[in-house]
Order: sequence, then structure tokens, then C-alpha cells
Amino acid sequence: MSDSMSLPRVRVATTSLAGCFGCHMSFLDMDERLLELAKVVEFDRSPLTDIKHCGPCDIGLIEGGVCNAENVHVLREFRRNCKTLVAVGACAINGGLPAQRNHLDLGDCLQQVYVKRDGIEEGGVPDDPELPLLLDRVHPIHEVVRVDYFIPGCPPSGDAIWKFLTDLIGGRTPRLPHPLLRFD
Amino acid sequence: MGGKFLFDGRPVPFEEGQTILQAARAAGHYIPHLCWHPDFPPHGSCKLCVVKVGGRHVSSCALPARDGMEVESNTPEINGERRALLQMLFVEGNHFCPSCEKSGNCQLQALAYELDMSSARFAHFYPDRPVDASHPDVLLDFNRCIFCELCVRASRDVDHKGVFALTGRGIRKHLVVNAESGRLADTDFAVSDRAADICPVGVILRKRVGFAVPIGERKYDEASISSVAMEKGE
Repeated sequence: MSDSMSLPRVRVATTSLAGCFGCHMSFLDMDERLLELAKVVEFDRSPLTDIKHCGPCDIGLIEGGVCNAENVHVLREFRRNCKTLVAVGACAINGGLPAQRNHLDLGDCLQQVYVKRDGIEEGGVPDDPELPLLLDRVHPIHEVVRVDYFIPGCPPSGDAIWKFLTDLIGGRTPRLPHPLLRFD
Repeated sequence: MGGKFLFDGRPVPFEEGQTILQAARAAGHYIPHLCWHPDFPPHGSCKLCVVKVGGRHVSSCALPARDGMEVESNTPEINGERRALLQMLFVEGNHFCPSCEKSGNCQLQALAYELDMSSARFAHFYPDRPVDASHPDVLLDFNRCIFCELCVRASRDVDHKGVFALTGRGIRKHLVVNAESGRLADTDFAVSDRAADICPVGVILRKRVGFAVPIGERKYDEASISSVAMEKGE
């Protein structure tokens, strides 16, 4: 049995809030290194496991900004449970593309999309009680909870995520040197 | 009369009239800057070129070098201040690099890489700054303006047109176009103007060439801004 098998595994949770899952796709871009990671990591709540709620974890990876009430609850659940919380990607860090609506009136946005748009005959703003209420502005996650680390990029490359995670799990201060540090 | 000063402990020669930044560059030492440009007199507004001289924080682009000065530049303290200035610039405007065609050629972004800025830290303002697409050859995206006044200076002092100006004070300060309508199309601005290619960020953009050089192959995509500045003099 190798050393890595005898060590307790690092528990990692991931989620996408107001994101496009592009950062999760980039996570998968670590390719065969995922097998290396799987030797030392086990996943809690994540699209990879389909676990619905986050339990106590070592690392939480958050993709996407905060655009609705559900995002706030999920983000706070992660912060409560994760020792180290990481903002992954442009949207988690500065709101990104969803935040392009921030200087517009939310009511006008909804009217434009669901009522006034060309081709809509009997429009109406969706009001199913199951739908989470939208916030008037999209927020970066550090405006809602304390965030320990940030991995910029849209999305950050698989190499950047690998460098960050191996630093963190290896007990080093995570640092992304340029050109791994990218905002685009 | 010239002399020598110590730059991060290393001797740097200077000639009479040279600023700290000019002498340091001539000796191969990079000092971060945004509003300074080799072709223009110092402006002293961005403060990215801050250095510590005799315990005081000064703008190295504007302070003449003096014999025997001890200048601290590349230190955790000074770089921390520069990073905080960058973070404030990022939250005061709308700097969304993934959707900006200047990405990879942008000095604000490149300096953020240089100074290890991984987030903007402060709360974002998300100001409302409509773009001006009126001109046939140039787009103005005011969302990214950092008020360096390089376009103002280039248009006034080189092109002799005075197309741009800053107006308002403090947090309400913003870039305007000198036309009754406020539109660039109603000025004599031309794509051949010096002001058309002076913007260090993504405000003044030539139309129809945005992605001629793909993301990933641009000026600061692989090389750091300090090495580009020292090797190409930019």
C-alpha cells in the first residue's frame, strides 16, 4: 500500500453559482492529473458526485458570482463547512458576465427578456415559487462571505487549478505566477 | 551635474534633470507606471510609480534624481501599495477582461499580473458608463478609463485637436469628448492621431482589428510587462 493510501484524504466540495460550469470543465481539463488528485482527494458536494448539500470539508471551490437568493444560501453553506474557501474564475471574483446587468434595472431586464422580446406572443415574467428570487445586483462572492483564495481566469486553465491545488494540499502558500495568472 | 543614487541598494547613475524613473529605466530597472509615457512629460496622477525616498512616498516619474538618494521600489511595502492602487482602479471602473478586446495588450491587466493581484479585494462600484460607437473608425469604451489623461495630453499637445478632457471631481470624474453632442463622430478625431493609440487600457479601440492578434499571442500574454518595458522601451 502506498503512502498516499494511508493518509486521510482531503475533502473537497465544488459548486457553480451564477456561472456557466466553464470552470468545472477547466477542472476536468487537468486530464490524467485527475487520477493523481483522486489519490489524495475525496469529493463532497459537487457536480461530480451529485451530493446535494455540503458537509464538513477542507477545501470549497466556488465558481460563479451571486445573482439570486439560492446562491446566497449555497455560498453560506460552503463557508460554514469549508476550512478554505476558494473563488474560482472571473464571475466568482468580480461578477463576470452576469454582472453586466448591474447598471440596468432588474425589472426592465426581465420585461425585455420575457415580455417585450421579438417572437414572444404571451409573455410573462416567470413567477413559480420554486424559482429563487433574483438579487438586484450580481455580487462577487467576497462581498457575501470571507474568501481565502482567488484563482482568476475565464476560465482559469487546468494547469492553473492544478498548480493551485497541489500547492494548497502540499502545504505551500498557493501562488499563480504569470502566465498562469490570467484574467481572460 | 549628475551623480549616483541607490536604487534598491544598487547604484544608478543619472544626468542632471533626469527623474528617478528615467534614470532607473536607463539603468535597466523597471518601475511600474500607468500614466507615465516615455514620449510625454510626467503627469503624476496614477501613483503606480511610487517609491520610498528617505522615508517619504514620492512619485518617481516626477521627482528629479539627486546624488546620494536611497530609493526603495521593489519591496513588499511599496508593491503592496501599488497593488492596492490597482485594486481600487479595478473596482472603480468596469474591468471585465474576458470580454475586453484589449486583454493581453492592456497595461492595467499586465501590471496586475506583475504585482500578483488575484482579486480586486474591495466592493465593486459597477458604474454606468455608456460606450460611444459613433466614430466610423474608433470605439470609445469609457467603462475602462483609469484617468491617466494620456489621450487628453496626446490630443492636445501632439495632435493639437483637444478632443478629450476629464470633467467632474473625485469619484464623479470622467472622460468626455470635446463636442457639443459629446460624440466622437462630431470631432475632427482621426484614427491616425497620436491619441488613437496611446490608451494603456481598453478605452480607445480601433474598429475591425479587435481580434486580428488572437488572445494568448499578445504583448503581455507570455512576457511580463517589466520585461516588455525594459526590452522594447515601451
